[in-house]
Amino acid sequence: MKKIMKSVVLLLGVASAFTFYSCKPKGPQEAVVGNAAAKVYVAPGKYDEFYNFVSGGFNGQMSVYGIPSGRLFRILPVFSQFPENGYGYSEETKPMLNTSHGYVPWDDLHHIALSLTKGEHDGRWAFGNANNTPRVARVNLKTFKTEEILELPNSGGNHSSPFITENSEYIVAGTRFSVPVGDKRDVPISTYKENFKGTISFVKIDPITGRMNIGFQLKTPGVNFDLSRAGKGASHGWFFFSCYNTEQAYTLLEVNATQKDKDFIMAVNWKKAEEYIAQGKGEIVKARYAHNVLDEKTHTATSEMMTEVLQLDPAILKDIIYFIPCPKSPHGCDTDPSGEYIVASGKLAAIIPVFSFTKIQAAIAAKDFEGEFAGIPVIKYESALHGEVKKPGLGPLHTEFDEKGNAYTSFFVSSEIVKWNVKSLEVLDRVPTYYSIGHLCVPGGPTSKPHGKYVIAYNKITKDRYLPTGPELTQSAQLYDISGDKMQLLLDFPTTGEPHYAEAIPASLIAPNSTKIFKIEENNHAYVAKGEKEAKVVRKGNEVHVYMTAIRSHLTPDNIEGIKMGDVVYFHVTNLEQDWDVPHGFAVKGAANAEILVMPGETQTLKWTPDEVGVVPFYCTDFCSALHQEMQGYARVSPAGSNVPLKFSTGVVEETGSK
Amino acid sequence: MKYLVTIALITFLFSCAPEKPKNNEEYPEQPTKSAVEDIISDPTKGLGAVKTVTLKTPLELDRVGRGLAIYEMKCSACHKLTDQRVVGPGWKDITKKRKPEWIMNMITNVDVMLEKDPEAQKLLELCLMRMPNQNMSIGDARDMLEFMRQNDGEK
Repeated sequence: MKKIMKSVVLLLGVASAFTFYSCKPKGPQEAVVGNAAAKVYVAPGKYDEFYNFVSGGFNGQMSVYGIPSGRLFRILPVFSQFPENGYGYSEETKPMLNTSHGYVPWDDLHHIALSLTKGEHDGRWAFGNANNTPRVARVNLKTFKTEEILELPNSGGNHSSPFITENSEYIVAGTRFSVPVGDKRDVPISTYKENFKGTISFVKIDPITGRMNIGFQLKTPGVNFDLSRAGKGASHGWFFFSCYNTEQAYTLLEVNATQKDKDFIMAVNWKKAEEYIAQGKGEIVKARYAHNVLDEKTHTATSEMMTEVLQLDPAILKDIIYFIPCPKSPHGCDTDPSGEYIVASGKLAAIIPVFSFTKIQAAIAAKDFEGEFAGIPVIKYESALHGEVKKPGLGPLHTEFDEKGNAYTSFFVSSEIVKWNVKSLEVLDRVPTYYSIGHLCVPGGPTSKPHGKYVIAYNKITKDRYLPTGPELTQSAQLYDISGDKMQLLLDFPTTGEPHYAEAIPASLIAPNSTKIFKIEENNHAYVAKGEKEAKVVRKGNEVHVYMTAIRSHLTPDNIEGIKMGDVVYFHVTNLEQDWDVPHGFAVKGAANAEILVMPGETQTLKWTPDEVGVVPFYCTDFCSALHQEMQGYARVSPAGSNVPLKFSTGVVEETGSK
Repeated sequence: MKYLVTIALITFLFSCAPEKPKNNEEYPEQPTKSAVEDIISDPTKGLGAVKTVTLKTPLELDRVGRGLAIYEMKCSACHKLTDQRVVGPGWKDITKKRKPEWIMNMITNVDVMLEKDPEAQKLLELCLMRMPNQNMSIGDARDMLEFMRQNDGEK
């Protein structure tokens, strides 16, 4: 038998070799079999089934893909300047990036949270976190514009954010790095245990407008907070956070923060916190943080500096937080669609512990504690545990869910997705990813109603998967069909930035509501020109304000004279078009600035400080019509103190030109 | 072992097979519409929701006022009130050349008009600029028409 097997294998080996050489060289793409191409083919003119909102990581943006095609539709600027459309460069959008440190033009956006109603996606807003200078942002999913950015005080970096409660009551923001807070901040780093504190901010969301404000902050012991998820269903009212560095190390964390066998999952009873606040138990403390809001009618953002925040101290106000021991250096902390199970992924653990909300409640009721950590009760591991997934893989990071009771966990070290049953804890299937998967996404996966058709892997390393582009390579996503018992790789697609978490949502919840134009009648911009009759140039001291209109294919005014050296010129460009997909762009030669892209019915402002005498061209940057190339104009810059009068026109030809 | 054999077999069998979309039913070909499928009952009225317009004399002045405001905001960039063509044709005597229905359909249904109405297509050939959809309601278009009548000297 063995001999026969050997010869069969040999024969197949030869056959395989023949196969190998007779076609093209094959690598890991051999994992793709059968009708994969048909499953991701979206015919020209057809729409994808899902929107995929993908964090851009170090590009500070969100990108929007279609699933299953993997096509990139848009990059939405959130925390980073975007010269492509003028975000962070136009006068209207600069306030969005204001912080207590002044203007911060970049950040690191790690996680997406889509708004929920009754535990299900409602397609209204996408939230994102800024990991570096702690902030949260809200993107309106009608306009696909960043409408609001809120800074977080007393935070050393916002990682466990912006995860959301089941009716969008709150998004959260836990500090990644504990830091000294309050008045005593100039302290030796070695006094970590004594002086460094964490905070968890609960950011309240207005149910109608989506406006954010910090509802309250919980003071916590100094540890690192990593990821989090809200409870849902039965566990609605609770929030779960993974904590690491419970060693409270402040140097070489790679070694010093991995000493203990267990760190913690922190369970937060936020309804209890609300009760304390209602009883007046909160403490208002001084703080300084920016709150930036874009007004859809004026197309203009404003930045307000906030001065106080409401804090609660759970070491004094009991029953708000509890710790649950969790092996080892936990990263992902994910609740299943029912809200009963909390899956904690210890990056260095050989098992995946699954906690039971019912058991956690019973343990709290029975005071089944093994002790305290910094004044907070620590529940006994076994008392909170539903069970452990044995030998799941190496380096578990994150878990998403389908609607059939299965979980999908990403394994960074062993580069795979493992499917397992949440109740039975049995491993059902595993597929390789190429390579080193971080986050993963099932459409609706974090909600009460997953659409378990696909899982998307976001990989950290691509190496040989794409044509090489020098030392820096694209990062990639991979799409798997999970509708059957076995997961099937369908598609690789490259991504922008470094994707961390992403969410996917049925297109039917967003596409029908998408804004096509801004109504020019409703434009309340301070410098709008509603029609060419209102186009003009006004001098205010050394400021020159150009009220300019754009329509296919001319700018009004397109001849401007009387600008002098020392002036600051503001081009307020109103796009008079009222048709979908007809933006106009605007750029000025030599402007130390980007272009602006002006959507139909919108007004945007480009600031320009002329730096030399002469005639300076400006033009429309967005190909708009057959005569787009004619959409241009001139601004004359005269020396300081010259007596050239201020004048402007379009279509006026002066026969006796020279002056 | 058996697993390996199976994999090898599958590899052998499928690795060179050209990938053909198997189920064409999933993406059927778009039916092609015949160019004159839409019934043009009265070619001089254009295509769109506006079938009949009743004009009153004297002019309805509230409409004229609203029409002027819309003109200044959404139209004046391309249309002069004289017979001078800039981006689009000048408006002088337009109400004498065109039926009221045609004018209102052109304003409210411009994309279809440019695709199918022979008169609108002639203008596109002349101006080489597609008239934009300026998001106007039928009521807006009726106000515009009244403003055009006044511009053409009606009282």
